[in-house]
Amino acid sequence: MFNKAINIKDKYIRQEMWPSIFCTGCGIGNVLNYTLRAIDSLQIDIDRTVFCSGIGCSSRLPGYVDADGLHTTHGRAIAFATGVKMSDPELTVIVFTGDGDMAGIGGNHFIHAARRNLDLTVICINNFNYGMTGGQVSPTTPPEAMSATTPYGNLEEPFDLSRLAIGAGAPYVARWTMGFPYETITAIEGALRTEGFGFVEILAPCPTGFGKGNEQRDAVTSWEWYKDNTITRAELAELSPEERKANTKTVIGTLWQTDKPEYGKRWRELVQRLQSEPDLSG
Amino acid sequence: MPVEFDPHRVVQVLGQTETFAQGDVACAYGALLGGCDFFAGYPITPATEVAEAMARLLPRIGGAVLQMEDEIASLSAVIGAAWAGSRAMTATSGPGFSLMQENIGYACMTETPCVIVNVQRSGPSTGQPTEPSQGDMLQARWGTHGDHEIIALAPASVQECVDLTRDAFDLAEKYRNPVLVMTDGEVGHMRERVRLPAADELEIRPRGEPTTSPEEYVPFLAVKGGQIPEMANFGTGYHTYVTGLTHDERGLPATDDATTHSRLVRRLCQKISSDVDTLTRVERDDEDGATVGIVSYGISARSAAGAIRILRGEGERLNHLRLIGVFPFPEKAVQDFAEGLDRIVVPELNLGQICHLVREAVNGTAKIELVPKIGGEILTPDEIIQAVKHGGESV
Repeated sequence: MFNKAINIKDKYIRQEMWPSIFCTGCGIGNVLNYTLRAIDSLQIDIDRTVFCSGIGCSSRLPGYVDADGLHTTHGRAIAFATGVKMSDPELTVIVFTGDGDMAGIGGNHFIHAARRNLDLTVICINNFNYGMTGGQVSPTTPPEAMSATTPYGNLEEPFDLSRLAIGAGAPYVARWTMGFPYETITAIEGALRTEGFGFVEILAPCPTGFGKGNEQRDAVTSWEWYKDNTITRAELAELSPEERKANTKTVIGTLWQTDKPEYGKRWRELVQRLQSEPDLSG
Repeated sequence: MPVEFDPHRVVQVLGQTETFAQGDVACAYGALLGGCDFFAGYPITPATEVAEAMARLLPRIGGAVLQMEDEIASLSAVIGAAWAGSRAMTATSGPGFSLMQENIGYACMTETPCVIVNVQRSGPSTGQPTEPSQGDMLQARWGTHGDHEIIALAPASVQECVDLTRDAFDLAEKYRNPVLVMTDGEVGHMRERVRLPAADELEIRPRGEPTTSPEEYVPFLAVKGGQIPEMANFGTGYHTYVTGLTHDERGLPATDDATTHSRLVRRLCQKISSDVDTLTRVERDDEDGATVGIVSYGISARSAAGAIRILRGEGERLNHLRLIGVFPFPEKAVQDFAEGLDRIVVPELNLGQICHLVREAVNGTAKIELVPKIGGEILTPDEIIQAVKHGGESV
């Protein structure tokens, strides 16, 4: 269990970057807090940890951590992280991303990284919209929701990011909302412990971008929306088979956990085998 | 940790010191000789053989090879690996090179050493995948958005694929910039004899570590008397924040500060443009009393050399300047070459790209005439001879 008394700000934050750029009611800062608590709890060496990100509000997170950070191009964080991890497998590599960055422009890198199963931890802050650019529709915007580029309501179907990760082969997938801080920290720990591609999706409010057109203008109304529209796996298990079948709420919890060979390890085994061959020439 | 350069190991893995190799494969040889320990790529004609050779060779020296999901991911992985300490490379051709442009700019902005081989094919778009071209030369210079400088080398032979790819790694480390090896489908797919250096001839310029402690380290502050900062690899305790946003010397975003932006981008340009003399790499072949010259590069330089041999045999006098390094453009070398010449003929496998830079450098002292060719065949010596005798296209 993590140490509640630890002063995360003093220990891990890059002081000259503080305060953050995040709006009132935004959930991204909370996710940073949860992530750093998970790192602290697992006693991961921060000198040997690299935070990667793409573009968007969530992608500003590496800048706030006093550690190595790679703030890259839009959607590509997972691909950059792949290079970091393959070059130095002993580094802990964490990706902060958002729904637009990871599932929109970066969707291809996401599914391929899940399939490849390199030891990365990907934390996706899903706030249902492109917040940095002012609240446009994203691949996870709920149907009929308003956004700056769907002024008459969203006609597209959203991605379920966690199911996408499971389908693509990720061995660890968990989803929580802002209403479950301890569970979220435990989930991030789970992803960090996973030898392979660990994915945590966190539903987080964006009052400024998504909230303004969807009656979620503050964090409280967003949190209430999560409460009404999500169901934990434990709660789901208590429902009758008919009720379960009829459930339309988003399921949260540890959604998938399995053992799979990790890519980096397999690569290093190959390298070792080739190097022990008597004839070195390729 | 990234692989430490072991010349003996590399030489063992490469096998013979004298061999018959394809240009693409020779780029892979050059990469290993240059200390490359990371490759990420995506199949594309006519560059695929670079990836195939890297996949075969690199794990034998302990390096890493990834076939990524596209070319954007390939260069992303290369840049990530470079920050973790690797000497990293990708290889591609036109369509993939177009996809890489945003990340080339990211590498310039973040001062990430990396090497990109572009085996040029005929475009635009899918064009003629199996045919050679020199159509990406100005894209190499200006393909990514914003002000920046680039280093680009143009091999004219399989041997130069080895030598220039090898050199590209040290240049990338020295200038902390992407270095482009601009070969083409002809050089990439032809086979020639190459000589590979022995282990005792192999030396690389290691990245080294910052000379200051993590507490004193300012990641994007140029070292005293120079324009290039020291690079701390990820995982070494220096806590470097790397961003493509406009950043101050500490690496922290300063996007609405005009002075910071101007200082940063000017330094990124000047670290290369102010060192153009050191970076100039040309080959000059002059005759007394010549009034006509040829400026060439890459595969077209071989057509030009053939034309010159024939013309000289006929008693004509003419000079030849071959650009081995194309960017930063060796303006002064071209100006010197133009002295005393009335006409300069520029043969290119495109509709005129480098000829414009030649014209700008020469600035009216000699007439610039283009010998353009597209369609998939390289220039014949005769096409250049006709231009020398009867005039090429006006530029």
